[in-house]
Amino acid sequence: MKRKFFAYPYIVWMILFIAVPMLFIFYYAFNVDGTWTTERFLSTISDKDTWSVLWRSIVMAFETTAICLLLGYPIAYILSNMKKSVAGFISILFFVPMWMNFVLRTYAWSAIIEYAIPDLFHVENTLTDLPGGKTIAVLLVMVYDFLPFMIMPLYNTLSKMDKSLIEASRDLGADGLTTFLRVVLPLSVPGIVSGITMVFVPSITAFTVPELIGNGDYSLYGNKIEQAFKSGNISGYSVGSTLSIVLLILVIISTVIMNRFDKDKEGGSIL
Amino acid sequence: MKQIASFFRKFLKGFGSISRIVWKQIKGPMKYFYLGLMILFLYLPIIYLIIYSFNVFPANRRGVISYKNLGKWNGFTFDNYGKVFTNKTKEAVLLTLEIAFASSIVATILGTAAAIGIMLMKKRTRTAVLSVSQLPMVNPDLVTGITFMMLFEFVSMLLAKLGGARVNDFLRLMIAHISFSVPYVIFSVTPRLKQSSDMLYEAALDLGCSPLKALWKAVIPDIMPGITSGFIMALTMSLDDFVVSYFATDKLQTLSVLIYADTAHGNIGVNPALATIIFIPLVAMLVGVNVRRLAKEREYEIQNKKVKMKKV
Repeated sequence: MKRKFFAYPYIVWMILFIAVPMLFIFYYAFNVDGTWTTERFLSTISDKDTWSVLWRSIVMAFETTAICLLLGYPIAYILSNMKKSVAGFISILFFVPMWMNFVLRTYAWSAIIEYAIPDLFHVENTLTDLPGGKTIAVLLVMVYDFLPFMIMPLYNTLSKMDKSLIEASRDLGADGLTTFLRVVLPLSVPGIVSGITMVFVPSITAFTVPELIGNGDYSLYGNKIEQAFKSGNISGYSVGSTLSIVLLILVIISTVIMNRFDKDKEGGSIL
Repeated sequence: MKQIASFFRKFLKGFGSISRIVWKQIKGPMKYFYLGLMILFLYLPIIYLIIYSFNVFPANRRGVISYKNLGKWNGFTFDNYGKVFTNKTKEAVLLTLEIAFASSIVATILGTAAAIGIMLMKKRTRTAVLSVSQLPMVNPDLVTGITFMMLFEFVSMLLAKLGGARVNDFLRLMIAHISFSVPYVIFSVTPRLKQSSDMLYEAALDLGCSPLKALWKAVIPDIMPGITSGFIMALTMSLDDFVVSYFATDKLQTLSVLIYADTAHGNIGVNPALATIIFIPLVAMLVGVNVRRLAKEREYEIQNKKVKMKKV
């Protein structure tokens, strides 16, 4: 028996449950009651509301990613410079919350924003009552949820970095800041890139956080897709599928941009 | 004008050196302060839930306890811990564990076999298979979830036409969870396979093993670390999943889906004791793993010292 055959069960599985399900998005976007038409598709993407929500989600995802990077980079950098045994322990502390049920953690934040903060500071209004406050609250919780995903790849890259390069740079007369900007930062680009991909794409599609924090009346792009599919009728499927196609195009674009920055990527890549 | 400029430059220089001295003094404590602050930020909601798990929650007129108001302290009690495992929660926890273990075992077997096969394929086929395998990793969870929802609904519709039943919920969850975790197994086994030499397999054959026995006795033990980490990754992904299960399942609820159903749309909320019950074993496990690793490292250090001393 050839060992190549070992892959065949998986290939069948992959076709049935990874490739074929993807085709359903295109089926439901362009097929209404058995006939192929672009009418539904066009009417969904010409809806102004779709684009305004998409834009809001992209802005939100950008802000989340930027704040996660700004908060996470120093953490990863400090950890990578610590003694290995200490860093190992502290880094675990940063990753434990990831294992805790994320819906439960988001729910806790909604309680903190709703009850704990107003109680503590003796204010009548909660953050979500203020104009624009919901956006800030959602952003806060999104940053909270995705921060570990930014720290992890950054920490991996930074701790693998050859420390003698930094010493060499200092020996050649560069000060701390120059060494950081010219040596450490360029070498950590792969970590930054994978951190950004791990935060940006999931935060565009996040629907749990806006739903729980915004108490149901703040929606991002993910919420629109979720509502379309959970509406229970077949026209919802076509709207949701169309929205998903737009989303996939966006994901492909951002993956292509990110791959540009990441030179030494292993394995097969889609594009 | 020139004087002002030079004064300004001197001032900046002076300021720079002063700030550098100050920075050196506060750099160490600042680091720990920042790390501490961030750890506090990450644990704040968990601590909050654990504190409120000891709160008294009054029942309403119909006897239903609402856990929604997590802001009012009504007194200390252990009652919530007695009430945490309602039938619904018990079922959800069991289902989550069943799905997690069963799907990870299947995914590990499927993925390891696939990795062994893929390595021996022609380059073009290999790239094609690996590219499609990346789909669930690159795709947003939301898209993976809705594609499963559409697939299962479509198949159920076909089955209904043939007079059959709908697709079973347990099966739906199993298929979805296996599918999104297999790629992680493949991508953690393939690097190990690349490191391991094919000679090992050849040698086992030369020494009289059957091909299957050679795989089992020579190849598998060599790539075991990759398989283990793949299994753990699959388990984590499955336990942690909310989005895919939410769309894939019809009526059965995993723990995350149950929590979401109870908390979203202004529902009764979740018994905060659940947070403690999830959190404590998690911490115990991670501390256990860490202590063992630290002990190993320490042992290694001591041995290294001994070697050095002998050399001297």
